[in-house]
Amino acid sequence: MATAAARPAYALPESYGASGVWSWLTTVDHKRIGALYMYTALAWFAVGGLEALIMRLQLYGPNGRVVSAETFNQLFTMHGTTMIFLVVMPLSAAFFNFLIPLQIGARDVAFPRLNAFSYWVFLFGSLFMNASWLIGAAPNGGWFGYTPLTTYTFSQGLNIDFWMIGLQILGVSSLAAAFNFITTIINMRAPGMNLMRMPMFTWMAFVVQFLLVLAFPVITIALIFLQFDRFFGTNFFAMTAGADPLLWQHLFWSFGHPEVYILILPAFGLVSEILPTFSRKPLFGYPVMVYSGMLIALLGFGVWAHHMFAVGMGAIADSVFSVTTMLIAIPTGVKIFNWIFTMWGGNLRFTVAMKFAISLVGLFVIGGVSGVMHASPPADLQQTDTYFIVAHFHYVLVAGSMMGLFGGLYYYFPKITGRLLSERLGNWHFWLFFIGVNLTFMPMHWSGLYGMPRRIYQYDAGQGWEIFNKMSTIGALIQAVAVIIAFWNIWRSRTHGAVAGNDPWGAPSLEWSIPSPAPVYNFAVIPTVTSRYPLWDLKSPHLSRGTPHEAGAAQVIAQPERVRSAEELGIPLPYPTIKPLLVALFMTLMFSSLLLIHKDKTPLAIAGILTCAAAMTAFLYGWLTAPLEPEHH
Amino acid sequence: MATAVVPHAAHPATTTGLDHRKVAIWAFIGSECMLFASLISTYLIYKGRSVVGPFPHEWWCPDTRTQTFCAGESAAHYVHTLKPILNIPVTSQSTFVLLMSSLAMVLALSAVENKDKMPANPTLGERILGSSRLWLFMTALMGATFLGYQAFEFTSFVHEGLTIRTNLFGSSFFTLTGFHGAHVTAGVLWLLTLLAIDLKRGLGPKDALIVDISALYWHFVDVVWIGIFTLVYLIR
Repeated sequence: MATAAARPAYALPESYGASGVWSWLTTVDHKRIGALYMYTALAWFAVGGLEALIMRLQLYGPNGRVVSAETFNQLFTMHGTTMIFLVVMPLSAAFFNFLIPLQIGARDVAFPRLNAFSYWVFLFGSLFMNASWLIGAAPNGGWFGYTPLTTYTFSQGLNIDFWMIGLQILGVSSLAAAFNFITTIINMRAPGMNLMRMPMFTWMAFVVQFLLVLAFPVITIALIFLQFDRFFGTNFFAMTAGADPLLWQHLFWSFGHPEVYILILPAFGLVSEILPTFSRKPLFGYPVMVYSGMLIALLGFGVWAHHMFAVGMGAIADSVFSVTTMLIAIPTGVKIFNWIFTMWGGNLRFTVAMKFAISLVGLFVIGGVSGVMHASPPADLQQTDTYFIVAHFHYVLVAGSMMGLFGGLYYYFPKITGRLLSERLGNWHFWLFFIGVNLTFMPMHWSGLYGMPRRIYQYDAGQGWEIFNKMSTIGALIQAVAVIIAFWNIWRSRTHGAVAGNDPWGAPSLEWSIPSPAPVYNFAVIPTVTSRYPLWDLKSPHLSRGTPHEAGAAQVIAQPERVRSAEELGIPLPYPTIKPLLVALFMTLMFSSLLLIHKDKTPLAIAGILTCAAAMTAFLYGWLTAPLEPEHH
Repeated sequence: MATAVVPHAAHPATTTGLDHRKVAIWAFIGSECMLFASLISTYLIYKGRSVVGPFPHEWWCPDTRTQTFCAGESAAHYVHTLKPILNIPVTSQSTFVLLMSSLAMVLALSAVENKDKMPANPTLGERILGSSRLWLFMTALMGATFLGYQAFEFTSFVHEGLTIRTNLFGSSFFTLTGFHGAHVTAGVLWLLTLLAIDLKRGLGPKDALIVDISALYWHFVDVVWIGIFTLVYLIR
C-alpha cells in the first residue's frame, strides 16, 4: 500500500532550489510552471463552482429569487467559460508541463521562457476576464457567444467585449504552449524513447497539442470578426448586410468540437497511466490506444455541425454529421474496453487515484451514450437546448475530465510536492464527489426529457421538474463539500502528507525513477529506454518479456542518500527571468485597452495600445537577446 | 533502461537532429494554415452575398430579387452592369514582385550558408550572389513594394466607395488581405532585423538556421498569397 513505501530515504532537496515570491515570478522551470498552472486552475475551479452553486440555489424550487435574470445570464456564461478555459484546460496544461519532460526523459521543455510566458498570459487573461465581475459587466452571451446576440446591436455593454478579448488572450497562451510541447515531444525524447514507447499520457498530450494548434486559429479568426464588427462596424455578422446567421456557429464549433477532445484526452491519458499501475498490468492494446486517440482527434474536426442540427441545415448535412459523430463512438469505445481489459485479471489496488480513474471509465460511458443519442438528428431535435444536453456534457466533462484530472492529482501529487495526499481525506473526497456528481447530473436527464430548457433562470411549478431540480441542487452542495475536502487535503498534505520517495505506487514510467519532488534538473543522468515500462523491467526482470537491459541500470532507481544540486552535477540551468511575465502583462494590457473604444475614448485606447505594444516589444527584445542559460562546453 | 555515458551533457542531441526552433516554426506554420483557411473560407462563403456594391468583379442584376441591391433601380428585369473594383493587372504586378522576393530569399539563405566558401578573388557575379546583405535587402524591399501596392489598392478602393464597413465583400476582403499584409509587414521587419545583424557582425554559416526559419515563414506568406490571388482575384 502506498503509505508503507513512504519513508524519507534521502534528504529532501531544498524544494526547487530558490524560494520566495520573486523566484516564482521569474521561474522558467517546467515543474514550477506546472504547479502554478495547477494552483491557479484550482482557484478558478472554486470560482466556477461557486457560480454553479448560485445557479443551483436559484433553481432549487420554482420561481427562485436568489439572482436576477441578468445575473443568471452572467453566471451561466462565466461558469461555462471558467470551467472550460480556466479550469480543465489549465489543469491539463499543469500535467502537460509537469509530466511531458519527465515522461520522455528530458531536462525541461524546448522553450522554457516561452513556457513561462504561456502561464503568465493565461493568468492575466483569466484575471482580465473575471475583472468584468467587478464592474458588474460579466460576459452574458453564453460560453459559445452566438451572434447576432453578441453583436453590438444587441449587446452594447462591455460584457461581450470582456469575453471576446479574454478568449483571444487565452488563445495566445494555449497556442504558445502547444508549439512548445509539440517541439518538446518530437525533439527531446531520451535515447531509445521512440514514439511507440512513450507513456500514454504523453501520447494523448501530443495529440491534444495538434488539436490546439489546428483548432485555436479558427476561434481566433471568429473572435477577430466579432471584434471588428463590434469595434469597427464591419458586417461579418450583420444580418441587414446579408451576413450568414450561421457563420459564427460554423466557425465556433469548428473550434468548439475539437475543443471537447482537448478537454477529455488529457484525462484519458492520465487514466491510462493510473489503471496499469494499480492493476499491475501493462496497458491493454497500447498501439490501439494510440491510434484511437488519433482517430478521435481526426474525426473531431468533422463533426462540428452536430451542435447545429436544430438550425435546419438540410437532410444531407444532418446525415453526414450524424454519421461522423456516431463514428467517434468507435475509437472511444475501444478506449473504454481497453481500460476494462487492462484491469481484467490484474492485481487491483483501490487507491483514491484508482477510484477516480475507474469512475471515469464507468461514468464517461453514460455521457458517451447520451452523446450518441443526440447524434441522431430526430432525437436531437427533442433534446437540444434542454437539460438533457446539460446532463450529457457534464457527464463527459465533470464525470469524465474532472474525475480523470482528480485521479491524476492524487497520483502525481507526490511527484509534484514529495508528499502523498491523504488517502483518508481522499476517500471522503472521492465518494462525496461521486455521489454529488451523479445526484446533480443524472436527474437532469429527466428534467431535460420533461422539457426543461437550458439557461432559464426561473420555472413555474407543476411541470414535473421540481423533484429533479431539488435533487440536482442537493447534489451540487454535496460536490461543494467534496471539493472543500479536496482543497483541505491538498493544503494539509503539502506539509503534513506522508513522504513519498521516488516511486510510491510501483509505477512503470520514467518520472518515477527520480526523487520526489523532482530535482530542478529532473534527471541527473539521461536514461536510455528499451521498453514501454522501463521501471517494471528493472524491478521485475523475470516478468519482462525478454527486453534487453544493461547491467548496473538498477542504480537509476536506487534512492540516493542526498539529492545533488545542479552545480555539483555540472548541469547548466536556464536563468530565471522576469521578461516573459512582463511581455505577457503588457500584451494583456494592450488587449484590455480595446475596452476603451466602447467607452468613447478611442484616442486613449490607441495611446494605450501603442504604449503597451512599445513596452511589450522592448521586453521581448530583452528576452530574445538575453542568453537562455550559461555557456557550457 | 541504462545509465547513459555522458552525464554532463546538459543538452543531448535532439531526437530528430533538427533544431527546436525549426520544429516549432513548422508547428506554427501549420497553425497559420488554419488561420488563413478560416479567413479564405469566410471570404468565399460571403462571395456574391453583398447586398450593396461595389463588388469585386463585373456584376449585374439578373432578376428583381437583387435589383434593389445593385443600384436601387425600380424597373423590373433591368440589367444593370457595374464595373469591377478589383484591378487584376495592377495586383498581378505586386504578386509578381512578392513571388520574386521568395527567389531573393532563397539567394539570401544560400549566401549565408556558403559565406565561407567564397573564393579569395571572387568575380563580380560571385560577389553579387554571395552577398547576404544584398539579398536580404532585396527580399525586404520587394516585400515593402508589395505592401506599397496594397496601400495603393486599399486607398483607391476607399476612393471608389469600398471600405471595410461598406458591405460583406469589403469586410471580408479587407480583413483577409489586411491579415496577409500584416504577415508580410512582420516578415519585412524580421528581414530588416536580420539585415541589421548582418550589417553589424555579418551572418555566416552558423547563422544559417535563423535565416532558414525566417525564409520558411516568408515562403509560407508567399504561398498564402498565391491562394488569395487565385481565389479572390482570378476566379470570378
